[in-house]
Amino acid sequence: MTNSQEHISHTKLIWKVFIILSIITAVEVFLGIDKPDFLYLTSFIGTNLLNIIFIVLTLVKAYYITWFFMHMADEKKNLRRAVVWTAVFLIAYLATLLLIEGGYIYDVLGPLTKWNY
Amino acid sequence: MEVTTATDTNHSTWDGGENKPLGASYGKMMMWFFILSDALTFSGFLGAYGLTRFKFIESWPIADEVFTHVPFLHGVSAPMYYVAFMTFILIFSSVTMVLAVDAGHQMKQKKVTTYMFLTIIGGLIFLSSQAWEWKTFIKGEYGALQLNDGKIIQFVDKTGHQIALEDFAVRSHKERIQHTKSNGLWFVSESKLPPFSVNEVINGFKSNPDITIRTEQLNLETKQKIIIPREKAMGFLNNAKAVVKGANLKVNEYGKTAFADFFFFITGFHGFHVFSGVLINIIIFFNVIIGTYQRRGHYEMVEKVGLYWHFVDLVWVFVFTFFYLI
Repeated sequence: MTNSQEHISHTKLIWKVFIILSIITAVEVFLGIDKPDFLYLTSFIGTNLLNIIFIVLTLVKAYYITWFFMHMADEKKNLRRAVVWTAVFLIAYLATLLLIEGGYIYDVLGPLTKWNY
Repeated sequence: MEVTTATDTNHSTWDGGENKPLGASYGKMMMWFFILSDALTFSGFLGAYGLTRFKFIESWPIADEVFTHVPFLHGVSAPMYYVAFMTFILIFSSVTMVLAVDAGHQMKQKKVTTYMFLTIIGGLIFLSSQAWEWKTFIKGEYGALQLNDGKIIQFVDKTGHQIALEDFAVRSHKERIQHTKSNGLWFVSESKLPPFSVNEVINGFKSNPDITIRTEQLNLETKQKIIIPREKAMGFLNNAKAVVKGANLKVNEYGKTAFADFFFFITGFHGFHVFSGVLINIIIFFNVIIGTYQRRGHYEMVEKVGLYWHFVDLVWVFVFTFFYLI
């Protein structure tokens, strides 16, 4: 219990992380409303540049939440890897397969959809 | 004869020894592994959403046209603002949660109580916002026609902006009376009638030369829905089957029904997580007040429920991106 007495407060760090998360969200909302053409009307690895920016910003937010709010930074390396590597690998794997499959279904069924009446 | 007893049995050997590879208590470790498996569940849902969206990439509803409402601002088109507010609320309640954990480390019971309380309030605001969001989505805004093959036809004015059915549909005098239990068969119920009949909408279309229709199909260059010239519109309208207002699990005025299905399922599943998070937070909150953790000497329970709460926030960050932004 002596440990808890010595425990230093992380309040400053918490507010810093909060400000970072708020700024990222504000940027996302601004881009989502404005949708600048030079990002939105592009084609880049199966989607457009704007969406890539959104995904990257989301991953940055996820990093800050996991590392500083969930205190992953203070956990032992083994626990961190057991959780993070598993999730990252399985989710990336699943998402890749499902999106490739979705694109394939569109290639096959899209031309058969009737749009003229 | 003496019995040999292993008096120096090292209990900790049976418990796994002093070697603690993960360096976390059992409860905290299991919370992490629960979160891991829950994350995989959510990614399964969002992955399925992605698959369906790629499958209908040329006709998926545009989220900016669906979620444009803010409470108390009727008729103002404000895409994203309200959901941005919800995101902010959830992030802020995460901050108060982590402040509660931090105060717990320093054994400050009063502070933990305050921060836990604020977290619960944040969760409740989020939940009620989500209920409002659902209500608006279910009620719908413009109304549309559904064709025999299930496609949705929306009406636009000459500037290309969507217009509501009541702006042009002509009410005929033939009243179709809603079947209720009191005026019909008591054991049969009928779902709510749409505000107009198909014929009333088509007659209204014919008498307004300025309006035309658009299909769900997107122009993949401009990412806008393709507007059908008025001359060709009747070909579509002759195939109309039903008037649609709002969205539910069977039909959706904004376009693909699958969009509504995924919206209800994913935000509903997330909302259920928030709901149970609030309940658990309340239990922990009362335990903090009566001093359970103060007597126990540590606030690890607050830390564990905090992990869950942050996870709920984490999931919302992804739902926000994939449902509203992309």
